[in-house]
Amino acid sequence: MKTQVDDLLARPHAGNLVYTAKDFKPEVDVRWCAGCGALSVLSPSQRLMPDLGLPKEKIVYVSGIGCSGRFPYYMDTYGFHSIHGRALAIASGLKIARTDLSVWVVTGDGDNMSIGGNHFIHACRRNVDMNVMMFNNEVYSLTKGQYSPTSHRGQITKSSPLGVLDDPFNPVSLALGAGATFVARGHDKDRAQLQGLLKRAYEHKGVAFVEIYTNCRIFNDGAFDLYTNADTRDNHTIFLEHGKPLIFGKTKNKGIIMDGYTPQVVNLDQGDHSISDLLIHNEKDSTLAFILANMTYSEDLPRPMGVLQAIQRAPYEERVVNQIQHEIVTKGEGDLQSLLTGETSWLIA
Amino acid sequence: MTKIIEHLEEATIRFAGDSGDGMQLVGSQFSETSGFAGNEVNTFPDYPSEIRAPEGTLYGVSAFQIHFGKDHIHTSGDHIDVLVAMNAASLKVNMGNLRPGGIIIANTEGFDERSLALAKYSSNPLEDESLSKYQVHAVDITKEIKTEVKDLNLPSKIVSKTKNIFALGMAYWLFNRPLDPTVNWINKKFKGKDETILANIHVLRAGWNYAEKNVAFQTQYVVDRSSLSPGRYRSITGNEAVALGLVVAARKSNLPLFLGSYPITPATDILHAISGYKKYGVKHLQAEDEIAGICSAIGAAFGGSLAATTTSGPGLSLKTEAMGLAVMTELPLIIVDVQRAGPSTGLPTKPEQGDLLMAMFGRHGEAPMPVLAAASPSDCFALTLEAARIALKYMTPVLLLTDGHIGQSSEPWKVAALTELPEIKAHFAQDASAFAPYKRDEKTLRREWAIPGFEGMEHRIGGLEKEDGSGNVSSDSVNHEKMVRLRQHKIDNIANDIPEVLVEGEQEGDVLLLSWGSTYGAAKTAFDRMRANGEVLSFAHLRYMHPFPKNLRDILSRFSRVVLPELNMGQLQLLLQGKYLKPIIGIHKVGKPFKSTELEEKLMNILHKNEILA
Repeated sequence: MKTQVDDLLARPHAGNLVYTAKDFKPEVDVRWCAGCGALSVLSPSQRLMPDLGLPKEKIVYVSGIGCSGRFPYYMDTYGFHSIHGRALAIASGLKIARTDLSVWVVTGDGDNMSIGGNHFIHACRRNVDMNVMMFNNEVYSLTKGQYSPTSHRGQITKSSPLGVLDDPFNPVSLALGAGATFVARGHDKDRAQLQGLLKRAYEHKGVAFVEIYTNCRIFNDGAFDLYTNADTRDNHTIFLEHGKPLIFGKTKNKGIIMDGYTPQVVNLDQGDHSISDLLIHNEKDSTLAFILANMTYSEDLPRPMGVLQAIQRAPYEERVVNQIQHEIVTKGEGDLQSLLTGETSWLIA
Repeated sequence: MTKIIEHLEEATIRFAGDSGDGMQLVGSQFSETSGFAGNEVNTFPDYPSEIRAPEGTLYGVSAFQIHFGKDHIHTSGDHIDVLVAMNAASLKVNMGNLRPGGIIIANTEGFDERSLALAKYSSNPLEDESLSKYQVHAVDITKEIKTEVKDLNLPSKIVSKTKNIFALGMAYWLFNRPLDPTVNWINKKFKGKDETILANIHVLRAGWNYAEKNVAFQTQYVVDRSSLSPGRYRSITGNEAVALGLVVAARKSNLPLFLGSYPITPATDILHAISGYKKYGVKHLQAEDEIAGICSAIGAAFGGSLAATTTSGPGLSLKTEAMGLAVMTELPLIIVDVQRAGPSTGLPTKPEQGDLLMAMFGRHGEAPMPVLAAASPSDCFALTLEAARIALKYMTPVLLLTDGHIGQSSEPWKVAALTELPEIKAHFAQDASAFAPYKRDEKTLRREWAIPGFEGMEHRIGGLEKEDGSGNVSSDSVNHEKMVRLRQHKIDNIANDIPEVLVEGEQEGDVLLLSWGSTYGAAKTAFDRMRANGEVLSFAHLRYMHPFPKNLRDILSRFSRVVLPELNMGQLQLLLQGKYLKPIIGIHKVGKPFKSTELEEKLMNILHKNEILA
């Protein structure tokens, strides 16, 4: 049913549609700490935007609370810096109401896994088409250094001076378990790789969850060094590529095979195994995605990066529109006056 | 056999039985038929929080009360004139409200040994002398039905479900009601199920005939047509009226409607209704929790929808932080709170007016928000439209208070003519070159609504304090004070844009009876009756709780004593005393609506014994 909003949005885009990254930088100072991992998400995001071919008024960033929450102020698009944990709920309402928009959610490990945990699991199962960037620094930074739901057992923080007692969420496993259709992981030390993942997330129709390891220099410096620094990451991470064997290592000399249901590292230099023995990544295989996600906290296995799963399920907002359309096609557009009159009415003369 | 016809001004009938006895169904049929017959009607469904409580228990009794009359029907009735009791438990829990000399129609099958024990009766009240003050009709409904339908060859499973319809038939006879509306309803409701239709219509007539032929039923009561203004009427509950109001407000403002909501008693019927309005283009989200309900609505409002969230007390508690966000971001939003008895889970199915102070102040920081309160089921429609008008004109969330009583009770509503309702204007930003997110309209102080998709107006909003005009994040305390005052001023200013309070009776004098929200019904009834009896007092009703109508101070000052009944411990009393420094005499009650007679009694004491109530 058309309203004035449809008319207002039908006005043609008058300005230039060819953008550069600079067009997405508003004239404000970026107030994150020098060296903050979030900065390494900002620039790939600004660089990605011109590639999308969208008028920039169609792009919206929605955030919650935490250091990540400031992100929308640094993107010259529409933005909504909301309240703690609720970005996904706000973004869901926005996207359901406005299917024409490209909706991006910026959140953190505290915002999304703790206070916003309920919205997160339901956003995953509901599959609203939006891109969720979760900055994971395994600590609460804006409140100055308490442990978060992704902090590790034993981690010393201001609120765990003797060490954290509980075990962390593995965000990608949680997302898969809750039914997210697109699940990926990237990090702040490889901006080109991250930009590629964000592009994949954008192209995915449905909820796209990207966990991004972002180093907090102040409260948890070096938490991800093993997995992100150039000299160690090749031996401790594996970048998943659809249809390709699981191979990693500085000299690409290691791979993953399956021993029953358990992934195992093999050395390709020793002659016992060749590339043809290795597990082949399949983004559309949900069972495999769970197995790969579970490699995350294993000491013997490389940490999986890249796209763990990309499967298709109709986005929620599309189902909403289809249900309305179906109802109108089968029953006809509702006559509001007869709705008001109701099934039973009587005349008083 | 000669029957006596007696004319009545008004009457109250209550159908009571087990949760599974179909009392709500026959109650609403009786109500619609009474409306159809030209009466004013007010109903109240009264059912347990348990879904199917064990059969025959006192806590499993479900009832539906209908108060109907020629004129001035503003409540669902103080006392019961006719009680239809399908079992012993339903007799027991409702006896206390039965008028002396009132009529009891009892289904004897529900008074067997087991039922009597469950209802904690030591002897059968239908057989001992305990009901001698009443007119009792003890009817073995099942036996009567079996005799009536024995030649029709109907499955006993269908026949056994028509006991309530037989009782309805007797009630129709008692008040000389036409059967046609219910016959039509049966035909429509059970379309395609011929045996069910046949059974129900036959049993309805059998109920009527039973009373007609039975010597014990001597008197038939006639309640004359009321003087309602001409037009088409329907029966409407407050919850239905809110749902319709939202759809109509969206149509009149030419905006898409979005409802983000989470199921909660007694507000869920609004969600039910809206979820069935797909062919009107309505979008709704049954959210994962109350917080997501309001947050999704805020997101939709950011995107240019007329957005709403509906809830009851516990849900409103959960929404408070997000309400503050809506205040800060100055987005239009309608929040409906169908109040129930609290605190905490409280009494989910019982009404109260205990959320007024939360509606006013239940947000951290200075977060003013307009608050409206509906007086009756049909007023819910008018005030939903008004909430939308204010929200869109002033770019603000608006809180509409109703309660479980008006939410679920029904009354005849003169069907609104869509073409005659005024348009509601939304104020979208027009000029990108002059746009600033917090630039304000000089008169209303509203900011411009620039939604994603408007070229050249890209901007960021959020919960952090904003710089006046530019909308940039600002932690400057001078700017903060300016913004707090601007937001307050914007809301205060709405007082110039709402109707003044009207006083019925003398415009000045000794006693003013003041009501708000659903206490209107009992207060107005008490007032009308007292005036008719020659008492001198005046009456006013408040629908705008924040800001107050601008003549309220003057009106309060014109009376020596102001009497304010509230279904709480004195929340509006506190507000009025604080704002106007006027002592208010409060009458407080919780968990149950006022009866007009109890207000009348208290008012008589105040008028004639100079009694001051705390």
